[in-house]
Amino acid sequence: MDRQDQYGGGPTRPSSRPTGRAPRLLAGSAAAALTLTAALTTPLDPAPRRAHAAEEKVLTVAVAQSVDSLSPFLATRLVSTSIHRLVYEYLTNYDPSDNRAIPGLATQWETTDDKLTWTYRIRSNSTWSDGRRVTAEDAAWTFNKMMTDKGAATAAGSFVANFKKVTAPSPTKLVIRLKKPQATMAALDVPIVPKHVWEKVGDVSKFNNDKTFPIVGNGPFILTGYKADSYVRLKANRTFWRGAPKFDELLFKYYKDGDAAVAALQKGEVSFVSGLTPAQAAALKGRPDIEVNDAPGRRFYALATNPGARAQDGTEFGDGHGSLRDQKVRHALFMAVDRKTIIDRVFQGHAIAGAGYIPPRFAPYSWKPSRKQELAYDPKKAARLLDEAGYEKNDEGKRLGKDGKPITYRVLCHATDPNDKAVGKYLQEWWGELGIGVSLDCRDNVTDPWLAGTYDLAFDGWSVNPDPDYVLSIHTCAALPKTRKETGATDNFICDKKYDKLYERQLAEHDPAKRAAIVKEMESRLYDTGYMNVIAYPNAVEAYRTDQIASIEAMPRSGGNIYGQDGYWSWWSAVPAESSGKSSEGAGSTGVIVGIVTGVVVLTGVAVLLGLRRRATADDRE
Amino acid sequence: MAAEATPALAEDSGGPRASGPRATGPRATGRRAGRVGSGYPRYVAGKVGGAVVSLLAVLVTSFFLFRLIPGDPVKFMTGGRQVSAEQLAAYRQEFGLDLPLWKQFTNYCGQALTGGLGTSYQFRAPVIDKITEALPNTLLLTGTAFVLYTLLGVWLGARAAWRGGGPGDRFNTGLALTLYSIPSFWLGLLLIIVFAVGMGPIPGLFPTGGMESGGQEGFAYAVDVAHHLVLPVVTLVAVEYGQTLLVTRSALLDEMGGDYLTTARAKGLRDDLVRRRHAVPNAMLPTVTLIFVNLGRTVAGVILVETVFSWPGLGGLFYQALSVPDLPLVQGLFFVFAAAVIVMNTLADLVYPLLDPRVGR
Repeated sequence: MDRQDQYGGGPTRPSSRPTGRAPRLLAGSAAAALTLTAALTTPLDPAPRRAHAAEEKVLTVAVAQSVDSLSPFLATRLVSTSIHRLVYEYLTNYDPSDNRAIPGLATQWETTDDKLTWTYRIRSNSTWSDGRRVTAEDAAWTFNKMMTDKGAATAAGSFVANFKKVTAPSPTKLVIRLKKPQATMAALDVPIVPKHVWEKVGDVSKFNNDKTFPIVGNGPFILTGYKADSYVRLKANRTFWRGAPKFDELLFKYYKDGDAAVAALQKGEVSFVSGLTPAQAAALKGRPDIEVNDAPGRRFYALATNPGARAQDGTEFGDGHGSLRDQKVRHALFMAVDRKTIIDRVFQGHAIAGAGYIPPRFAPYSWKPSRKQELAYDPKKAARLLDEAGYEKNDEGKRLGKDGKPITYRVLCHATDPNDKAVGKYLQEWWGELGIGVSLDCRDNVTDPWLAGTYDLAFDGWSVNPDPDYVLSIHTCAALPKTRKETGATDNFICDKKYDKLYERQLAEHDPAKRAAIVKEMESRLYDTGYMNVIAYPNAVEAYRTDQIASIEAMPRSGGNIYGQDGYWSWWSAVPAESSGKSSEGAGSTGVIVGIVTGVVVLTGVAVLLGLRRRATADDRE
Repeated sequence: MAAEATPALAEDSGGPRASGPRATGPRATGRRAGRVGSGYPRYVAGKVGGAVVSLLAVLVTSFFLFRLIPGDPVKFMTGGRQVSAEQLAAYRQEFGLDLPLWKQFTNYCGQALTGGLGTSYQFRAPVIDKITEALPNTLLLTGTAFVLYTLLGVWLGARAAWRGGGPGDRFNTGLALTLYSIPSFWLGLLLIIVFAVGMGPIPGLFPTGGMESGGQEGFAYAVDVAHHLVLPVVTLVAVEYGQTLLVTRSALLDEMGGDYLTTARAKGLRDDLVRRRHAVPNAMLPTVTLIFVNLGRTVAGVILVETVFSWPGLGGLFYQALSVPDLPLVQGLFFVFAAAVIVMNTLADLVYPLLDPRVGR
């Protein structure tokens, strides 16, 4: 056999020896790897890290979302815009207690009677981290860049779309002229960048601001390091005009898996974790040194109907079920939804039962239906409404559409959101009892059927800003696509003249109380149409270590959330705990001992093994 | 060339090869081993040519394949934001999505020929940069794991087969099969809870995730990364070594009845040596196949393990790219993954004649 003489023959052929030695080599390398592993169990780095912690107080925050860009002109994801809040001062900020616009880079602002000219006084005590003073010229340059360079308008172009001219007559005076009145002028969420740094950037649309550190900024923190999907490192800005943060360093550390992040919190490797599931919150509750913050969120979770997709030019498209154009049917459907069960079973108590369109967290705009108006859970009444609307049950108990076929609604759901699926199951049960079928259409990407109007109902949800203008605007007729081929800003093709009139009125109303009253009227109108129904306001569930963070400001101040605030309050206000940094010490020293013991045992084992082998092979060597 | 010896790498899933190069035949006898047949250059040219054709096919496929994914990247990226129709159009124009498909394809080909892979939609950075940023991380993780699980698998597989049916064999094979069947993310989470957080008397020895603590340099950085590497590598090795073990074991079992082993024993060689010098090398071909397949896979990363351990590698990047879909990034990654497998398969093809002269003759 050829194989035999290949290996069994002479030892002269080079190929035989290495192969003959392979198992020994193998054992050796495996042992080396094991030893390396064992040696590494000795946590060599906690020691320097602890020493580090003794001098510097580090606040470590677990994050999951990847940074899309560190350029304020390009970034749109929450993690990136939150970092920009910390790094660049905006003209205004939001009061942590009531979301009111308060001074940021601008100390005060005023407008002319026609609301078309806005003058901002820029503070003189803000400096860039490279030592230069921040002036109105920086702000003017930022806005002008966004108005003239398409690339720079990527992230926040909508804020300046209505700007006519922006000038800086003096270092402390910024003047913005508008084409028509704009309600968000005290809520321009635009990071102001240093002109002397950014004017050197060639193509803004290709510049991600993530190569040279530290990044010149003027916020409470200075960005000093970034590695994609590993960490974002920020240092306290000692010269920040509002006062320096209490922690020396803020580290956003990546945890792509929620359970791993929770494990890191339990161990004390991170100080803060957000976006907890009910199960994770339950596991953390009651643990020493961990505080679970179950705060009212800024999102609403709703069911939206397809009232018939259409464009502004009148063309209708999509294939929404005709019965949903009947208000009675829509009301009946929502009356058959038991919100309490959904809150208890699906959200496991981590949500507030839905009512008006804007979450109660934004108190000035929060609205609740009156008792008469309310579409409370009442399956019998729901069945009656359907009968009245002419959708009666057949012999098999199924309600028939106008086409004579049993009604089955396609409900568009996000495959990535377990809540959608769970609520969908309840809908199948509840609406099934009404005689209406439900087929859940769960997809990773719901945008295509959504924009094409090829659905009957859909799970909907928006994160609401302190200024509700945007979430209100997406239900106006003007938000419908211009033609069938275009994409509009519309959420569900809602177009209601009465709602639109109210929208125009609130837009022109600059008295906050009066505007809030109109907004509530809009919510009432939206509720009555039954086009969409808010089921719940999911809570923001987060947790932090009390042995690392002594106190931290929530927003709203009482019972608010910490991550993803509209200002920089949480991280800026966080106070390090006395014992901060000690938590891993115990584990560290035990780790050293165990590591050394393991290493010695493995090394001895390997030595013995190799010794035995060597002796044996020496005897047998041919 | 001997038909039965043609390496069929892509479809090798680890099962024993019923007909392999170890088949004896009159043609094989009497030929000097260790020398490659005279047709080797032609064989190499054929294999390399085939690989180039495959690469081109991948290039074309990746363009059309990912355009079948439902979803409009522009709509996805601007979803939930206030965007005017003009801005949407500007996006389409910037990404070249407003062009007819054939034009997009020719642009893509032109770009690929000049070595570019385009610009990522979501990160607005060259795809090459995003890949080269994450590739070393992935290679560090999967490469380390690959070396360890291959060595462990071959070693344990050979031992198991040699004492086939014995308690050692049953234990090793059973353990390997059990670990092989465990979902990697679950095992990873268990390891985190037990060895990173600590449980009972076991202290938390390792970091809970990530690749580095950040802020270190030089040697301290290397140690820090190695420290972070332990748990994910252990997870991968535990889940993966079983395959190599089983393939090596079954290949060696097939070899066990060979006359040449009896001859070796008759020469008075110790059993251990008979195994190491005679049996194992002859049984290596299926394992070599598997090794190269695994080597090709190392580049593709491991999405689940990377996610559980928050390892910033290509697997996670691919997932992010797919969810948009970030077409240039998806295409680039797909090409790199496919190219790695093709190159490794070709290398395996080229190595075969060196291991078994009947191949490629």
